[in-house]
Amino acid sequence: MSELRMNAGAAGAIEPRDYHLAEEPHTANGTALGFWLYLMSDCLIFAALFATYGVLGRSYAAGPTGADLFDLPLVAMNTAFLLLSSITFGFAMLKKQQNQVGATLGWLAVTGVLGLCFLGLELYEFSHLLHQGAGPGRSAFLSSFFTLVGTHGLHVTFGLIWLVVLMLQISKHGLTHENNRRLMCLSMFWHFLDVVWIGVFTFVYLMGVL
Amino acid sequence: MSAHDIHAGGAHDAHDDHHHDVGPHSTFSGYMTGFVLSVILTAIPFWLIMAKVIEGRTTAVLVLGAFAIVQILVHMYYFLHMNSKIEAGWTLLSTIFTVVFVVIALSGTLWVMFHMNANMMPHHGTPPAASTTPQP
Repeated sequence: MSELRMNAGAAGAIEPRDYHLAEEPHTANGTALGFWLYLMSDCLIFAALFATYGVLGRSYAAGPTGADLFDLPLVAMNTAFLLLSSITFGFAMLKKQQNQVGATLGWLAVTGVLGLCFLGLELYEFSHLLHQGAGPGRSAFLSSFFTLVGTHGLHVTFGLIWLVVLMLQISKHGLTHENNRRLMCLSMFWHFLDVVWIGVFTFVYLMGVL
Repeated sequence: MSAHDIHAGGAHDAHDDHHHDVGPHSTFSGYMTGFVLSVILTAIPFWLIMAKVIEGRTTAVLVLGAFAIVQILVHMYYFLHMNSKIEAGWTLLSTIFTVVFVVIALSGTLWVMFHMNANMMPHHGTPPAASTTPQP
């Protein structure tokens, strides 16, 4: 600090003074930590929804139970889609590291298709439930179910929109520093959604049919 | 910790334009290990429930919970590249904070609400609650 002052004094009154350290310590990659903190806040949202489901999940109001409604082979297929999309995103990240734009875009496209399959299957399940008269208004169990699973599906939807936009950015500007940073954030987002889905298929579907 | 930080901040340029400096370095074998492990850790719980292997409900819940926790840890390590070194431990610290918060929120909510439900149940032998009769 004193060195800075002396420099400012030596240069005369022309240069504006800096009131912060020029060599301010900063993390090498602040975006990763900031985005991680966002994910953790998202984690708290899901924790609240899981707690709600834990409290209301057995309040059937004489309506259908999880054992009546849940189609486990369908859920297993959905889980497979999401798990596969996680590994294909990993492959995209590996291709990014090797600086291969085309291959990165290819694996991102595969990830997007798998995400769409997941979303399509989930929407099919929802429409099937609604068709059976088991909508969110039927019982507290179904309200909490649709809120929890729907919020996860909404996250996947926004992840897909982000994915498409990022693919356009990469195809236009290539693997620039900015695009690499965005890719890293989206990869964290995507893997995080997979982590949340582990909780969903375990606590909602598998424990729901017990 | 902070010494490493300052060193890292000072050694690189403020706007370094390397392609490989963003995020942790991931490897093919790391992703594949994580993927194979999570396929196994997903398939076993589904098989346990769909083939009705476990009899007791409590046992099933405990086993499923254990599989879920292990799989979440696998994903955190192999896919999200969590370790104590990145961001000088701040990522791990914020994660530990969140986990503590989540555990308190989940267990606290379930515990309180379970007891509230249990205590609000109408007791055997007692007349229905007085609130059902209109108050004058």
